[in-house]
Amino acid sequence: MGVGIEVRGLNAWYGKNQSLNSIDMSVPANHVTAVIGPSGCGKSTFVRCLNRMHETIPEARAEGSVKVGEMDVYGDGSDPVEVRRRIGMVFQKPNPFPTMSIFDNVAAGLKLNGFRNRKQLNELVERSLKLAALWDEVKDLLHKKSGASLSGGQQQRLCIARALAVEPEVLLMDEPASALDPISTSKIEELIFQLKQHYTVVIVTHNMQQAARVAELTGFFLMGSLIEYDKTEKIFTTPADKRTEDYVTGRFG
Amino acid sequence: MSDSVDPMNTPEPIEPLPKPVTSIPSLGKVEPLRSAPKSTILQKIRQSNPASSRIPDEIFRWIILLSAVSVFAIVVLVVWELVDKSRLSLHQFGLHFFYGHDWDPVNDSFGAMPFIYGTLVSSFLALLLAVPLSIGVAVYITEMCPQGLRAIISFLVELLAAIPSVIYGLWGIFVLAPLLRDYVQPFLQKTLGWTGFFGGPMYGLGMLAAGIILAIMVVPVIASITREVMSAVPQNQREAVLALGATRWEMIRVGVLRNARIGIVGGVILGLGRALGETMAVTMVIGNRPEVAKSLFAPGYTMASVIANEFSEATGDMYLSALVEIGLALFIVTLIVNALARLLVWSITGGTARPSA
Amino acid sequence: MPWRACWYGASPAELRGQVPNSVPPSTSHQVSLWRRLTDWGATGFAILAAILVLVPLLAIFIYLVIKGVGSINWAFLTQTPKPPGEVGGGMANGIIGTGLILAVASVIGVPLGIGSGIYLAEYGRNRFGDIIRFTADVLNGVPSIVIGITVYSLIVVRQKHFSAFSGGVALGIMMIPTVARATEEMLLMVPNIIREAAYGLGIPRWRTTLSITLRSASAGVITGCMLAFARVAGETAPLLFTAFGNQFWNLKLNQPTAALSLQVFTYAISPYDDWHKQAWAGALILIVLIVVAVAAVRIVTARGTLKGA
Repeated sequence: MGVGIEVRGLNAWYGKNQSLNSIDMSVPANHVTAVIGPSGCGKSTFVRCLNRMHETIPEARAEGSVKVGEMDVYGDGSDPVEVRRRIGMVFQKPNPFPTMSIFDNVAAGLKLNGFRNRKQLNELVERSLKLAALWDEVKDLLHKKSGASLSGGQQQRLCIARALAVEPEVLLMDEPASALDPISTSKIEELIFQLKQHYTVVIVTHNMQQAARVAELTGFFLMGSLIEYDKTEKIFTTPADKRTEDYVTGRFG
Repeated sequence: MSDSVDPMNTPEPIEPLPKPVTSIPSLGKVEPLRSAPKSTILQKIRQSNPASSRIPDEIFRWIILLSAVSVFAIVVLVVWELVDKSRLSLHQFGLHFFYGHDWDPVNDSFGAMPFIYGTLVSSFLALLLAVPLSIGVAVYITEMCPQGLRAIISFLVELLAAIPSVIYGLWGIFVLAPLLRDYVQPFLQKTLGWTGFFGGPMYGLGMLAAGIILAIMVVPVIASITREVMSAVPQNQREAVLALGATRWEMIRVGVLRNARIGIVGGVILGLGRALGETMAVTMVIGNRPEVAKSLFAPGYTMASVIANEFSEATGDMYLSALVEIGLALFIVTLIVNALARLLVWSITGGTARPSA
Repeated sequence: MPWRACWYGASPAELRGQVPNSVPPSTSHQVSLWRRLTDWGATGFAILAAILVLVPLLAIFIYLVIKGVGSINWAFLTQTPKPPGEVGGGMANGIIGTGLILAVASVIGVPLGIGSGIYLAEYGRNRFGDIIRFTADVLNGVPSIVIGITVYSLIVVRQKHFSAFSGGVALGIMMIPTVARATEEMLLMVPNIIREAAYGLGIPRWRTTLSITLRSASAGVITGCMLAFARVAGETAPLLFTAFGNQFWNLKLNQPTAALSLQVFTYAISPYDDWHKQAWAGALILIVLIVVAVAAVRIVTARGTLKGA
């Protein structure tokens, strides 16, 4: 169900400052790829360029080729709205819609895309919540509690369910567990492991142990460039580049 | 030092530090400050007895307290005078005052229904026109406007709030009313006359003119509050909606307006409060006829207008008292409306925003 | 890591078969036409709204200039009104009268406003302060005509005549909440360190508040005062039965006095063409006065919005 991502020559700017330098990367389908690096290295920018969220910031722009499956994200006819539906995103701080119930939160994307049929909505919301491992905890509270009344870890899983509801092919996660306690973090990590069966997952993390736990592939970013990209095992045990080695052994960052 | 501390790999025992040096031999002893000049400010302050500033401090505190209390006193006086001077009329007419249709100074018979009707209709008509426009402007300025234009347009919208009421009235009489009479009203009568709201003679002046002028005056109030509460919505809500694959309008609708809706309602209610109390502009264009009419083309009369027009010529205690009673009613209504509005807006902005009334 | 049966009770493979064939949200790979149209429409409406809101502003200013400039001449600025029906005369007494009334208003409104603001910021971070704050907001929302009634009842009736003084009191009362709010806000922005530094030097509290804290906040406080000033300069309703207006010169505080806003009103609703022209002229002068005050504020302090105006 997931698709692969081909990135060629991706450059990104904030105003005049270039934050990504000609990134080339191939993300395989149905795998978890981690993006690591010190603060400010461009890993969040990179991921936000994949679903065209980067350009929503004033004076920010991106150029290059990003192909998700057969969809050319930056191509001439490409519509950012459709791109964002097909590439889901989960943010660092859980951001459920506070004015909506749990059900409405998950259904939000569906309703936007024209789903009105109650029966279909019920089914799809249930499916999404099951995929996000939240169904059992909230199945009696769907319409009673607001999205913001859940705990931090539950909120984040709600956001994952919300993202999954519109059936994306890729799931981007920008430090999804960094605002959560360790127990919720481990639940999210187990969830990611399950999700890769259905989706291609790209996860940004500043926590190297997390990358080692969940990802099969890891890319190391430094100052806007992709320094090394290989199997996670290799990155953390026998990295090819000295800078990678310095980072993963904690000499800086 | 607890026993559990395990210094890492220190085979040698730690030598105790030598006694700290209390005097630096080469500098000699420090002399006490005896030979400093006598008139330094520092000395004066050191010499001044802290107790001697107590009295001026207290006096100051009392003066300041008095000014603050004066605000309270003024409001109390307002209420007191309104109640006291309307006693006559309250006693005479009771509740009948508020639904009686008859405003007859000659026979000392006063019913305020036409004015209540006029105030309510003109205000609600103003809101009907102003709310979509204000939210539209606020959305434009906050979400759609190019960065450079933003300051200019928001300044211009707030300039609307700075124009005095009497100038709106002047413009209303000589520009808006002829426009309505010659173009807008005939058009409305032709197309929507069947509804009954657009019938009758077309003077230009009347309820419709009052509603339009009030709408223009109320837009800056609603727009500025809407902008404030929209800005208070965190950016991550907008991003969350966009990431689901939403168009810009959908992002605004679901991510911003929905979150800000309580504050927007507060802003609308504040605008209502402003419209209810507006006097001069309405007086100049509404036609000042105490009648309840269905058509918006008909002249009307509002509570504030009747006071403005008839107060200084009111002969007789009952007449004056009736007018003051209208003032009292106006005061109470605007009080409730404004309090409600502030409650709603503060609940969104956390008590920090101070909406302009 | 093995999946956990307790989570969703089925293996991924089972799950795939469990959910009925759900249709992907958009069967086409395009955003529907309806959604595009609403997006477009909403943008169009927002732009239209901005235009519709700014058109009256433009229209008012243009008409003021066109209709008013022609009637502003030396006679207008120096003469008093002629009897109704006669052509000529001016609003000189109104201009002076407005100045007189505003002077009284400022003498009342500014000290009381600043005093209240100081109280709210320095002494009033408590329940009583909240009450005062609420009361000030209530006062801000009282319709101006009601203030007029109150001052009429308190002063005009007792003195048995209309006066510039009562007009000034009415306008001064209206100035207080704006000045108080601005003062409080500005004083709260002065960092506590400054106050503490002063106390540490032994400067008594009253001196600190006046010479140091208030001085630091002075730019903003002055802004607040001038905004309040600009707001009441154009007020008419409270003057209707306090200052009442006057055909002739008056510089005494205890006599009815002309005011620009009152004259504009009287002339505008009169049946005389010449008076209509003069009304426009008076309105133009009034707005120039206000815009100059607001612009001066902006230039002097380079601040943002006109809150309270």
